[in-house]
Amino acid sequence: MTKSELIETLAKQQPHLALKDVELVIKCLIEQMSQSLSSGDRVEIRGFGSFSLHYRPPRIGRNPKTGSAVALSSKHVPHFKPGKELRERVNESRTKHAIVESL
Amino acid sequence: MALTKSDFSEKLFDELGLNKREAKEMVESFFEEIKVALENGQEVKLSGFGKFELRDKSSRPGRNPKTGEEVAISARRVVTFRSGQKLRARVEEYAGTQ
Repeated sequence: MTKSELIETLAKQQPHLALKDVELVIKCLIEQMSQSLSSGDRVEIRGFGSFSLHYRPPRIGRNPKTGSAVALSSKHVPHFKPGKELRERVNESRTKHAIVESL
Repeated sequence: MALTKSDFSEKLFDELGLNKREAKEMVESFFEEIKVALENGQEVKLSGFGKFELRDKSSRPGRNPKTGEEVAISARRVVTFRSGQKLRARVEEYAGTQ
């Protein structure tokens, strides 16, 4: 499922909202999560999961083309931990549905 | 301070003018529909943010970390998240301590 498919599904459920408005809502929600994470704040959604940052220490990397060493500074990467309900629902349905990749 | 569902609803109320009930419903359905898709085996890609992927894991021997006792970890399906380039770039700049 892609963002636009998600928007269509939600618009069908909310017939009083125009597709355009649903699109704005989804963009607003995604932007809020991104903003929160980029300022170092966690996102916690009960039943869904939580997003946080994981620290990566500085390291010496390599330019794969030339092989020369490059000093890489420390950074943070986003991390998602699925909540209990999501974990259970996904696991319980594993024998019923094959995994379909999203394009 | 962690961002929660009520912060999302408030933002939709403040910025997009949804009424409180609509805002709450939209936030609920947003996360619910992602769960439904994943439950149906569908991976979910939110461009600019990231991709929720599914992985089938076979059973493996594990250990109770407390007692050291060997226990089998059953086969299971798990959700993993791969952040998109845009989000990763934004987060990388965060220099604070955690």
